[in-house]
Amino acid sequence: MILHKGENCRFVIKEPDIELMSPKTKKTIRHTNDIKGQVTTLFNPVSILSKSSVASSKEANGPIGKYLSNVLEDDKCGEKTFEKAELKMLTMAVLDALNDANLSAKDIDLLLAGDLLNQITSSSYLARELKIPYLGLYSACSTMTQSLALGACLIDSGHFNTVACATASHFATAERQYRYPLEYGNQRPPYAQWTVTGAGCTILTSDSMIQNDSKQKMQKITHTIIGKAIDYGINDINNMGAAMAPAAVDSMMAFFNEKNASVNDFDLIVTGDLGKLGSDIVRDLMRERGHELGQKYVDCGNLIYDVNQRCYQGGSGAGCSAVALNSFILDKMAKGEYNRVAVFATGALMNPTMCNQGESIPCISHGVIIENL
Amino acid sequence: MTKKKIDVKHQSKDEARNQRYNQYVNAVTPQTGTAKSLFHSFLVGGLICLIGEILFNLIRALFPAMSEIMAGHLMVMVLIVAAIFLTGLGIYDVMARKGGAGMFLPISGFANAMASASMEHKSEGLIMGTSVKLFSVVGPVLVNGIVWSSLAGLIRLLLP
Repeated sequence: MILHKGENCRFVIKEPDIELMSPKTKKTIRHTNDIKGQVTTLFNPVSILSKSSVASSKEANGPIGKYLSNVLEDDKCGEKTFEKAELKMLTMAVLDALNDANLSAKDIDLLLAGDLLNQITSSSYLARELKIPYLGLYSACSTMTQSLALGACLIDSGHFNTVACATASHFATAERQYRYPLEYGNQRPPYAQWTVTGAGCTILTSDSMIQNDSKQKMQKITHTIIGKAIDYGINDINNMGAAMAPAAVDSMMAFFNEKNASVNDFDLIVTGDLGKLGSDIVRDLMRERGHELGQKYVDCGNLIYDVNQRCYQGGSGAGCSAVALNSFILDKMAKGEYNRVAVFATGALMNPTMCNQGESIPCISHGVIIENL
Repeated sequence: MTKKKIDVKHQSKDEARNQRYNQYVNAVTPQTGTAKSLFHSFLVGGLICLIGEILFNLIRALFPAMSEIMAGHLMVMVLIVAAIFLTGLGIYDVMARKGGAGMFLPISGFANAMASASMEHKSEGLIMGTSVKLFSVVGPVLVNGIVWSSLAGLIRLLLP
C-alpha cells in the first residue's frame, strides 16, 4: 500500500496480513467463576505513614477544629487570589505530611491528587511544584477516598512503594466555579451545604518500607471499594446530600453483600459530605435494606461545622472528607478508640451546563476500609 | 450478526425508582417558610423604599429648583452607590441572606449583582475578567427588561 509518493521518497506500509485482520479472530476475556465485584481485598494491607490537614479558621472553630494540623489565618493565605490560596493550602498539606514522615518530595513515587476546579488546577500546579510523577484524579468530593483506594491498589501491586494522596477545596473558588459571585446577595435554600475550605494529605506506603520495631499498631488500608456512578434523578444543584446519598448506600451495600459484613463489623462508618439531610436519607435507605446504622454512623459534613455556624445542612466539597479523615478519624484510630473504620466519601459528578440542560446528577462513592493492624 | 437490543424494561424500572426517590426526597427536604420569608422581604424591601423616599424628600428640600425627575435620578444614584459600597465591604450579601427578594428586587440588588461580579472576576484582568463577566449575573435582567419593555412599547404604539 503506497501512502505517499514524492520525488525522492516513497512511504509504503506493508500490506496487512488478511488472515490476522479477519473479524473471526476476536479477542475475548476468559470468564472465571469468581465474579470480580466492587470490593478489592488487598493482599498486603497498605500502611498510612503520615497525614496532614489544613483548614481555615471557620473549620477550626467547629467540633473537629482541635484535631487539625494547620489552621489558616486568613482565607487567602496571603496570596492575591483564592485559586492561589487553594494551591498554597494543598501544598502546605502535602509538605506537612512529608515533614511528619521525615521524607522529602523525592522519596515519593507517585502523587495522586485532585480537586474541584476546572482542569483540576490546584493539583496540577502542586505537581509542578513538587516535580514528582503525578496522576490527576477527579471524582468531585469523593476524590480523597478515590486517591486512597487507587494508591493502596498501586502499592499492593508492588510497583510503587510510597504514594501521596491529596485533595483540597476552597469555599470561594467552588462558589465561583459552580454558583454565584461571593458578594452576590442571594438566598440559599435551607437544604444547601457549605463548601469546606481545607486540604488533606495522606501518605501511603508498603509494609516493606517501614522499620517498625516497637510493634505499635498502624492504620492500614485493607479493602478498597470502587463505586459506581449512581443517579436517582435528582437535578437540584443545591440538594447535593439527597443526590449523593444513594451512591453511598450503593457502595456500602456492595461491601456488605460481597463480604457478608454488617454494621457490627465496624467501629465507625463514615460518609463524606452528605450533610444532615443526606445522612438522614442514608440511614433511611439502609434501614430499608435491613441495616440499622445507629450510633456507628457519622458524616464528615455533619462533623465539621457547629450548628451555630449557620452552614445549613453542613459541610461539603473535596476538602470535607479529606480534612475530617486526616484529622479526627485517623487521630482517634491512632489512639485506639476506633479499630475498624469504613470511609465512604461521596461525590456529585455535577456539571452546571448539563444541569441547565435538564440532566440529573450522577454521583459516586468510593470507599476504603482502614484497620488498626 | 444480531444487534443487541437495549433493555427498555430496565430503564422504566429505573424511572419508577427515581420517581419514588424524588417523592421521598421532597417529603424529607426542609423548605423555606413562605410566610416568614415574605415577611422578611416585605420588611427589608419596604425599608429600602422608605430610605429612598426620605432621600428624595431631602433632595427636594435642599434643592427646590431641581425638577422632580432629576431628584428621583439623584436618589437612585445614591442608593446604587450605597449598595456598591456595602457590597465591597461584604455586608450586602449578609443582609440579603435575611432580606431575600426585599434586597434583590430594588435597584440596589441590581447594583450588588454587577458589583459582586466585577469584584469576583477582577483577578482575571480588566478585559477578560471584569469586562466579560460584568453582566454574568444581571444579563437575564437586562435582556428580559429590554425585550419586554420594547414589546410593551410596541403594544402602546399600536393601541392608542
